[in-house]
Amino acid sequence: MKFDRPATANPIDRGRVVGIAHDRIEGAAKVTGTAPYAYERHDAAPNAAYGWIVGSAIAKGRIAAMDLTAAEVAPGVLGVVTHQNAGPLGKGNMNTAHLLGGPAVEHYDQAVALVIADTLENARDAARLLRIDYRAEQGRFDLAADRDRAAKPEDGFGGPADTSAGDFDAAFGRAAVQIDQSYTTPDQSHAMMEPHATTAAWNGDRLTLWTSNQMVAWAVGDMARTLKIPKDRIRVVSPYVGGGFGGKLFLRADALLAALGARAVGRPVKVAIARSQIPNNTTHRPATIQRIRIGADKDGVIDAIAHEVWSGDLPGGEPETAAMQTRLLYRGDHRRTAHRLATLDLPEGNAMRAPGEAVGMLALEVAMDELAETCGVDPVELRIRNDVQYDPEVGPKRPFSSRKFVECLRQGAARFGWEQRDSRPGQKRDGRWLVGMGMAAAFRNNLVASSGARVGVDAQGRVTVETDMTDIGTGSYTIIGQTAAEMMGVPLEAVTVRLGDSRFPVSSGSGGQFGGNSSTAGVYAACVALRTKLAERAGFPAEQVIFEDGLLRLGNQSRPLAAVAGPDGLWAEDRIEFGDLTERYAQATFGAHFCEVGVDIDTAEVRIRRMGGAFAAGRILNPKSARSQVIGAMTMGAGAALMEELQVDTRFGFFVNHDMAEYVVPVHADIPEQDVLFVEELDDKSSPMKAKGVGELGICGAGAAIANAIYNATGIRLRDYPLTIDKLIERAEGSALA
Amino acid sequence: MKPFTYSRAASVQEAAQTAASVQGARFIAGGTNLLDLMKLQIETPTHLIDVNHIGLNRIEATDEGGLRIGALVRNTDLAANEVVRRDYAVLSRALLAGASGQLRNKATTAGNLLQRTRCPYFYDTRMPCNKRKPGSGCAAMKGISRGLAIIGTSDACIAQHPSDMAVAMRLLDANVETVTADGTRRSIPIADFHLLPGDTPHVEHRLTPGELIAAVTLPPPIGGTQVYRKVRDRASYAFALVSVAAVFGEDGSARFAFGGIAPKPWRVDAADAAVGSGPKAVADAALAGAQPTAQNAFKQGLTARTLASLFRQKEARA
Repeated sequence: MKFDRPATANPIDRGRVVGIAHDRIEGAAKVTGTAPYAYERHDAAPNAAYGWIVGSAIAKGRIAAMDLTAAEVAPGVLGVVTHQNAGPLGKGNMNTAHLLGGPAVEHYDQAVALVIADTLENARDAARLLRIDYRAEQGRFDLAADRDRAAKPEDGFGGPADTSAGDFDAAFGRAAVQIDQSYTTPDQSHAMMEPHATTAAWNGDRLTLWTSNQMVAWAVGDMARTLKIPKDRIRVVSPYVGGGFGGKLFLRADALLAALGARAVGRPVKVAIARSQIPNNTTHRPATIQRIRIGADKDGVIDAIAHEVWSGDLPGGEPETAAMQTRLLYRGDHRRTAHRLATLDLPEGNAMRAPGEAVGMLALEVAMDELAETCGVDPVELRIRNDVQYDPEVGPKRPFSSRKFVECLRQGAARFGWEQRDSRPGQKRDGRWLVGMGMAAAFRNNLVASSGARVGVDAQGRVTVETDMTDIGTGSYTIIGQTAAEMMGVPLEAVTVRLGDSRFPVSSGSGGQFGGNSSTAGVYAACVALRTKLAERAGFPAEQVIFEDGLLRLGNQSRPLAAVAGPDGLWAEDRIEFGDLTERYAQATFGAHFCEVGVDIDTAEVRIRRMGGAFAAGRILNPKSARSQVIGAMTMGAGAALMEELQVDTRFGFFVNHDMAEYVVPVHADIPEQDVLFVEELDDKSSPMKAKGVGELGICGAGAAIANAIYNATGIRLRDYPLTIDKLIERAEGSALA
Repeated sequence: MKPFTYSRAASVQEAAQTAASVQGARFIAGGTNLLDLMKLQIETPTHLIDVNHIGLNRIEATDEGGLRIGALVRNTDLAANEVVRRDYAVLSRALLAGASGQLRNKATTAGNLLQRTRCPYFYDTRMPCNKRKPGSGCAAMKGISRGLAIIGTSDACIAQHPSDMAVAMRLLDANVETVTADGTRRSIPIADFHLLPGDTPHVEHRLTPGELIAAVTLPPPIGGTQVYRKVRDRASYAFALVSVAAVFGEDGSARFAFGGIAPKPWRVDAADAAVGSGPKAVADAALAGAQPTAQNAFKQGLTARTLASLFRQKEARA
């Protein structure tokens, strides 16, 4: 099905199943431990041996020699895989560094060996017996120091590196009000609950991977490229993923080394990347330096806006596109965005939940707060004044597909009680707490991706959906089931959803908040095909037949779905292909974050008291799981604002705090009541579902609202994340802090 | 994890005797720190002596009017004990500020005293660390040191002691009671129990090989208003940047002990004496001679601020 014209009325609009809050349909399996995760496939590979990854002890250089002798004869050891015996390996399209290093070492904790043994303990113990002689070379590990060496990167995933419209320099120069500030965000780790893990087994020359991966088809392709074997010999199974946040978009070392290990020892091998290895072995969100300049009139109406971003990555890597939202969010005839990329030898930077906007909004929305204060305009009102209903780089000929930003601002503010805020900082006190309120816009691009599915009806009228779409904790199973139930006119309980198997049609996968909308649109397309087949078989004109209550209905005639499907059932497959509507229309999701914090007047401890927000993201397919996505993302935004930072040792070139004791993320005690309002919206240009993405919107701007609330509480404007106690007390003088 | 043997001791005497006779043996109780360290091969005992079944799990009054806390009393049980809550509230509060409910259910009194630093370089065996590998150097001193000690450090080591419980015990002038294989018992004041790093940061306490902690005794209750304030990077389940245990007496006297800033629970008599001069004076006395790094110098100000917060709360109550 080609989607190249705005959607018209369709069965999804009935809203009998779609749009209703449902518990997740696989929830019981998860909470009873019967949903098998990749490392637990005792059913599929009961005799799996255990692999333990050995990570490089240097960040850059070469391995001069490896002595495996002691490890190979250690108790229980079945084999050791290194670059010397792995055979020729390619590299995946999505990988920047090689997943198995050596002799060249590209980053700290890059896998340089896999030790395989009969038990995890034996593998781990033997891993210590490897003798590796490294020749370290000087690397570059400091973004701030290398900022001036950063170069313009090639146009990438997010579009061109640089954009401009009008004459920014002239307009900024003559602006009545000028904001010119720099902000920094640190490297961050996905810190998903389930580590990267794979069980691999060979049957002759055919490989099966039970793994934890967001993008099944990418994993197949990159495994084929890396092992230099045809794709059709590889099966990837990833039905349950214990969190990904972008860290599992790609084939990683667990999968490659499990496959190599299983081939080496002639039996299935399973590998999990140890928690302490995840920050340096896998990908992370890169640090940024951002400069924002805004030129406005005295009422805060923007005429000129520029956002420049510096980030670093390994050679061949990509920039953190933190200026993306600044291309679309606010008005202004004179504009400029630019991304610059420094070559660093730190571990591989890559996508983490809302790449670009998550950190771009941390800067832009503090700059807007600074503009509001400078102009004496309420921050909500300031954003309303700068709303724009079209792509401001292109002009009115490229309108937004839907944009309920102002509605989010107004409804969110009313619901939160924003009018109670005193705009003067440091005015409100509650015992030892300085209390402040802050807000920020939420903005995240709406991406779409082609997605396929097949749908069948059996002789009992039960509907089954198969697609390689993944559920990374987001609720994909449920919204796909809801879509099929709505389309086929059956209750959700009559639908079986099978996901995450490369034997199923290729889907959008889970990433970039495109998965929910795109994969359900693919299921919609397959259901339309199945409805046509069923109608034909029933002898009804496909356009007129109504599917409801387990029946095909035409006027006062009806036929049971089960009977039409017949004893052998009936299947149909299709995929959604997106045309140029994303070119003709700017597509994005919007919202407004509100936050109240308390800051201890003496110790500068920050405690979030309330978070609330209003969001517009097209049709909300399942309000319950959508809310979970938003509050989870708000929580991640709180982590980014207050505590999360991979600390770089610029001498050795690695992230020092590489475990969950030292890389702190929010705990329950950090997160108070979170209120989420979905503003009603249907987007007919996004997909037949009229939905947009919602999985990443909640993180975009959440941290800035916290930063702005801290400013309102204390009068301290911090621009270097995370906003920790040490930074606040350093700036205590002249603030409301004691 | 290196292979090791395991035995379960049935009595204090058996535990101590096994420890004395087996080279490289370690006691294991809750295992909340030791097992993690063994998985990373930072600790590599040849033999584990399980002491979970040798008694030592009672809390009882002493003849002197104090309290004897068995070495194997779990942190959860100690924090919840009625007498502790009533007469040694600072101890209960310190315990509850530490770790998580699950960890406190396993962790023991003696084990808590002996837990090892959270210096990140200590945990990465590819990095130099004088505490983990004597003579290999200190990666932390010129590296990431934000969480590390600012006082009591040496040129060899700036690792901090992570315990909350021990800070409260230091405040209360607890004694550590031990027993050796030959049955010798001794009582070590907690002030002397932990050692500063000096040239030997791998030597962290006064226990001799095989010596077993049997109990911690607290002197008779000292009354006063007892508080524990822990400042950290999130609201729960994180190690202290700075913590302060304090007792404010009815007579205007006070005691202070500090966590997160030193290689051992930190207490300075001059700081107690400075109470009348306010929180800044107390902090200055406590931190006299501090040698912070650029990254952790903020702990000096934060110590004063944490004290100020306690003084403010005390005044609000008065």
